[in-house]
Amino acid sequence: MSPSPTSRLLFDEPGPRARRRIRITTALTVLAGLALVALALRQFADNGQLAADRWRPFGTWPMWRYLLEGLRSTALAAVVSIALAMAAGAALALGRLSPSRWLRLPCAAYVEVVRTVPALLLVYVVLFALPRYGLDLPLFWKLVVPLSVSNAAAFAEIFRAGIRSVERGQLEAGLSLGLTRGRAMRMIVLPQAARRVLPSLVSQSAGLLKDTSLGYVVSYAELLYSGKVLANYNHLLIQTYLVIALIYLVINATLSKVARTLEARQRTRPSRAARAATGGGAGTSAGTSADAVPTARPTL
Amino acid sequence: MNVITDHLSEFGDGLLLTVGLTLLSLAGALVAGVVVAAMRVSPVRVLRAAGMVYVETLQNVPLLVWLVLAVFGLPEIGVMAGLFTSSVVVIALYQGAYTAEAVRSGINAVPVGQGEAARALGLTFPQSLRLVILPQALRTVVQPLGNIAIMTLMNTALAAAVGVVELTAAANRVNLAEARPIWIFVTAGLAYMALSGAIGLATGTLERKLAILR
Repeated sequence: MSPSPTSRLLFDEPGPRARRRIRITTALTVLAGLALVALALRQFADNGQLAADRWRPFGTWPMWRYLLEGLRSTALAAVVSIALAMAAGAALALGRLSPSRWLRLPCAAYVEVVRTVPALLLVYVVLFALPRYGLDLPLFWKLVVPLSVSNAAAFAEIFRAGIRSVERGQLEAGLSLGLTRGRAMRMIVLPQAARRVLPSLVSQSAGLLKDTSLGYVVSYAELLYSGKVLANYNHLLIQTYLVIALIYLVINATLSKVARTLEARQRTRPSRAARAATGGGAGTSAGTSADAVPTARPTL
Repeated sequence: MNVITDHLSEFGDGLLLTVGLTLLSLAGALVAGVVVAAMRVSPVRVLRAAGMVYVETLQNVPLLVWLVLAVFGLPEIGVMAGLFTSSVVVIALYQGAYTAEAVRSGINAVPVGQGEAARALGLTFPQSLRLVILPQALRTVVQPLGNIAIMTLMNTALAAAVGVVELTAAANRVNLAEARPIWIFVTAGLAYMALSGAIGLATGTLERKLAILR
């Protein structure tokens, strides 16, 4: 990210002395960086890990076909988990905001409990506990089920924040038009809420994609487990895992860039919406919709 | 219920290891986070870029990949470190990226006048950061840092996947020996809930003590 204007908080336009100090620091930083790289390269070279034939396999198509196959499995597991977790999360959020206590309490309990249990523990439960009770899921679902269960809680909190950020008047207007609560929710509140939390949904999904690396434990052949199998086979351990890390880096950096772009677009759009609202002479107090950030406003 | 009392020492050891991993990683993450956040708001472009590369690289690769790389990869290039040490360092660096983002948002929340006042008094950049900006910035991000602490606690479980016998791995081992999954995993889950409850309480107390009302 480019230095935001807010970072001006800490320094002015540099004068001659400050410019000299900045130049010296720059030189020192570059030197330190080069020293680090040199040290790393020496460690690689001393242990013979830089030899060309240890890297050449990663330029061949069969290797990439294998890795891309793993990536496809990662994507499949991620997409299915995201769909399941998002649907469950939306249901949980609605349940937690429902007027009925019998719906509210179990949903709240689910979210609060699951949020404080590590995903790996859930994976172990599915791997080692459920088969004892006769529920032996296929490999794919052994990864997808615990990921969905644990991420549903995170998605629920995102959706809840979004729903609560929609002005109370929106729901009331729907009710006064004679819609039932459920229809007002579905047709008026939820579409606005979903739009507002879109950036958070994308970044949570990127987090879930990272979580699919738990396939390493499940031995589901996603990217990381494929790397493990590959490294066992070709003994190019550090090379393989570095390539895997690079693949994850490229994909997740792209996803988080999408999330940031969405967020930036949203920061500009609601102000237009607010202008339109005041221009149209809507009866609600103008400007409330300008703060798009899902703040915990007491609605519903 | 006997399963738990019979294996109390395993659970206790696992719990201690989890607590140790969490506290040490958190301390490291706080140091790394503050340093990287300072780099990202500094007037030196190279430092800002380095901070950004750090945050992006660490955040965009799964922690498990970093752990595997550190535990199995580093010995290949002659870097030997104990299992526990490597796990602590990796988790600390990983959470450090998240901490840096939280601290940076705190720095950006400090009113501009504070920085201007610091400069008007003749403080240099490191001085104004250390004496004026950071104390205020850290106070505003107690809650986000608490969330990072809970995330760290959850993430220490991943150390089980590379062979550290912390709480999750201990529960799994006891289960492999005893095959009474419900009690064992529920106990482990309750222990995690208790730990994150404790973190939540500590965060709340700190927040009440430190928050600046603006």
